[in-house]
Amino acid sequence: MSHISHAPHAHAPTSISRVMWLVIAALVPATLFSIWLNGWPALLLWLVTVGSAVFAEFFCLRLAQRPAAPVLADGSAVLTGWLLALSLPAWAPWWIGALGAIFAVVVVKQVFGGLGQNLFNPAMAARVMLLIAFPVELTTWVQPAPLFSADALSLSQSFALTFLGQMPSSFAALSGATTLGHIKTELTRDISVTQALAAHGQSMSASLFGLHGGSLGETAALLLAAGGLALIALRVITWHIPLAVLAGVALPALLLHANDPARYLDVTTHLLSGGLILGAFFIATDPVTSPGSPRGQLIFGFSVGLLTWLIRTYGGYPEAVAFAVILMNALTPVIDRYVRPRIYGHASKAASKKGAAS
Amino acid sequence: MVRWGVHPDARKQAASPQDIERLPLPAMLHIPLLQHSGAPAKPVVSVGQHVLKGELLGARQGNISAPVHAPTSGTVVAISDYPAPHPSGLGVLSISLEPDGEDRWIELTETDPFSLTPAQIAERVAAAGVVGMGGATFPSSVKMLLGKRSQVHTLLVNGSECEPYLSCDDRLMRERAAKIVEGIRIVLHAVGATKALCGIENNKPAAIEAMRHAAADFAAIEVIALPTRYPMGSDRQLIHVLTGQEVPSDGRSADVGVLVHNVGTLYAIQQAVRFGRPLISRVVTVAGGAVARPRNLDVLIGTPARLLVEHCGGLREPPARLLMGGPMMGLQLPSLDAPIIKGSSGILALGAHEIAQEQPSPCIRCGQCVSACPMNLMPFEMSAHIRIGDLDAVQGIKDCISCGSCSYVCPAHIPLSHYFDYAKGELTARERGKMRQESIRQLTSARKERLEREAREKAEAAARRKAERERAKAATAKEATS
Amino acid sequence: MIAIISLTALGVALGLGLGLAARFLRVEQDDGLASEIEAMLPGSQCGQCGFPGCGPAAAALASGSAPVTLCPPGGSALVRQLADKLGVKAQTSGMKESVPMLAVVEEALCIGCTKCFRVCPTDAIVGAPKQIHNVLREACTGCGKCVDVCPTMAVSMMPMPVTLQSWVWHKPAPAVAPAVAA
Repeated sequence: MSHISHAPHAHAPTSISRVMWLVIAALVPATLFSIWLNGWPALLLWLVTVGSAVFAEFFCLRLAQRPAAPVLADGSAVLTGWLLALSLPAWAPWWIGALGAIFAVVVVKQVFGGLGQNLFNPAMAARVMLLIAFPVELTTWVQPAPLFSADALSLSQSFALTFLGQMPSSFAALSGATTLGHIKTELTRDISVTQALAAHGQSMSASLFGLHGGSLGETAALLLAAGGLALIALRVITWHIPLAVLAGVALPALLLHANDPARYLDVTTHLLSGGLILGAFFIATDPVTSPGSPRGQLIFGFSVGLLTWLIRTYGGYPEAVAFAVILMNALTPVIDRYVRPRIYGHASKAASKKGAAS
Repeated sequence: MVRWGVHPDARKQAASPQDIERLPLPAMLHIPLLQHSGAPAKPVVSVGQHVLKGELLGARQGNISAPVHAPTSGTVVAISDYPAPHPSGLGVLSISLEPDGEDRWIELTETDPFSLTPAQIAERVAAAGVVGMGGATFPSSVKMLLGKRSQVHTLLVNGSECEPYLSCDDRLMRERAAKIVEGIRIVLHAVGATKALCGIENNKPAAIEAMRHAAADFAAIEVIALPTRYPMGSDRQLIHVLTGQEVPSDGRSADVGVLVHNVGTLYAIQQAVRFGRPLISRVVTVAGGAVARPRNLDVLIGTPARLLVEHCGGLREPPARLLMGGPMMGLQLPSLDAPIIKGSSGILALGAHEIAQEQPSPCIRCGQCVSACPMNLMPFEMSAHIRIGDLDAVQGIKDCISCGSCSYVCPAHIPLSHYFDYAKGELTARERGKMRQESIRQLTSARKERLEREAREKAEAAARRKAERERAKAATAKEATS
Repeated sequence: MIAIISLTALGVALGLGLGLAARFLRVEQDDGLASEIEAMLPGSQCGQCGFPGCGPAAAALASGSAPVTLCPPGGSALVRQLADKLGVKAQTSGMKESVPMLAVVEEALCIGCTKCFRVCPTDAIVGAPKQIHNVLREACTGCGKCVDVCPTMAVSMMPMPVTLQSWVWHKPAPAVAPAVAA
């Protein structure tokens, strides 16, 4: 009687690795687009970041004397590295990607016990660490120079840029700020949002299609949203968190922009810039670090959105998604503790009271 | 609308188109005395005794119990432990009956069920040993009496059959709808309910059609097509979908004025009340990828499962798993020697590709289990507490219905419902331990009292004797002095 | 430097505070606790714990000199109760999962001497002089006293048999061991 199997004796055709690889697949179109848009340096940075994440995972597993192959195959390390790469400026030096990926996997994930045990989203925690430790590298943006265009860097120039930090002299003039960064700077100089936006010279369609400067994954809002919707359709993620995040940003933006357009940015710009779409569909939805119940997810998502808007509007950092996600990650256990579905057959008030007491 | 549940691949089409076939008389039957929830039946026959078909073999004992009857005429050859149809493979006291081949009934008389009083109906159902045939095997008469007492207004007829592979209820509804409908009317009469709602999942259009046709003349009976979703056949879920009411956590369905009976049970009730026939056979689905010709069989209780599989063309590949019941909640059988009992809805022999078993990996808290749970529990959190042995922190374990939906959808393949059944067993064992301790304490103090009383009595007796001696002595001394 | 000094001073002050609190605000453990614990114990005075009876065992538990796992007849249910009562952690993992035992009388060897039922702390053995004795399963605590006194070795202890009603699911094997366990 050593082996008795418990019901159910059937299983849905699903697994952790299927979930992870589907998320990765949903990121592919936007990633390809970003690499095209930003040229070879973007590809090199992406390779270094993902590679470092996988290597770090392998190293940790060996250290813990656990078989590495099945864990690596689940794709979680690849996804962590991928998401981090998408949140970095395309022309950042290689060690930014490597350091961030190793930090994400070793310190944020494996130290907490590996997959499923981490409190914070590894990619976002790493990005926040990098932003605080290396603010210059993390805020140096360049105007996009698509592959095969006249301005594009050659492959050798790209190697020199990414690995040796040699900025070709002709490109120095091209560097520019992201939309949000630009507006933040201009606001401090008492230039109104409307003027700043006009001066930044960026159309909405450019944001939509991502033809502007920014981190790798910040750009192609439309492709990212399409990938996210595909994940919802495939039931890999639910609609709760993405919708709540977007609503959390859109509602205050709508109200205050209507009130004072010169001081507050409009909704569309908010939604389409600063990696919000990436954050809403791919980062805030990380199951490990978000609440488990639908109601908890709505609260979590809306809070992420609201915090993003608050930090963007009143905080010192223009790109607020990472901070908002990390802050709400810390509150996830609390949300899970107090926001739980009402159990069938329990009176709502009594049930929650009983739950809190026990 | 319904937001819980899962959509397992139904796989019913292999067995459901064929008519029910009667299995030939086996060479030996092993009838367990415990086939129901409650106390086991007490054997009332002796080894070597000849019995007729339908004769009482074991009488019910206690409030919640059910009798068992001889499925055919023959000789009792043993009353001993025989492996139960249970994953543990433990023995259970069973009566082994060797059929004489004549299949001769006891004397039966037909009665008009509607001339009987509710109490008489309940008594006939109890005497026939009818239990819930959907798998819960709770004695039906107890449920009916409870329903009568708590003024049930609606009978819910459970024809959902949401477990994959199984089609025994489907076939029964298609072939014996009129008898089921009479069973419904009998129960309505017995509990004083005015309405019956018959819920059938919409993947069984022929059964819905047959039942609608059979119930056409009775305004009190309404047949409702239900969305196909597991676990629609769970009492609490069915009640919620059909009536919009929730059974309180610590209550019964009667508390919301309803009574739920499976269609197979209603058929058995009709047979028992109208003809006096005890529950000695049932329809069993034999299916699974390893079975050559899946179909539904009408089988005598006590028939070894092996005979069913052989009748269906045997196994065409070594089965990866043998089950009694459906794949979502069924129990693994250690071997095909186990007998069919009143609650056996299916015998499944599944191939390796069907069970899709994988090593569990860590929980990523994806929440799939939370959205699948029909009771709105948070399985991933509960199992995490159970894994580290913190059973007191588990919320809602008593509400878990063990439907297996959470384990089914878990991408990490964590055996969630196994954790919950383990925790339930552990908590029951703790409760038993506490009660045992309590009774031991009482016994000890009873003994102490007894010893004290005996000592006191002894002392009193000694004192009395001493007093008598003294008196005698005094008397003699008096005599001597006088 | 100032930081180091101030933190050290803070640490010393708080440590002192805690030490004083432990000394002056100590919860008095009176004999009431021992008697309360004695009420929780089975009270069969079987002596399996190594103490002469339940009273001394309760006193030892109350003073903290005996582990909460000392009582085999109480089982793991009692361990948990005691741990709750005394505010300690139940070390059930360290305690070898003792299977509940049951005394059985082998009828062929029993001479009906009545010694066993006179020592049985729960009156779990029935019988009369010169008659074969029988054990009541519900009442037997598995203390084994009867085994010691039987002159013909007719009493022995066996594990409580598992039945269909008492069978429970085992704990599932854990998933891939978390890294911390390695």
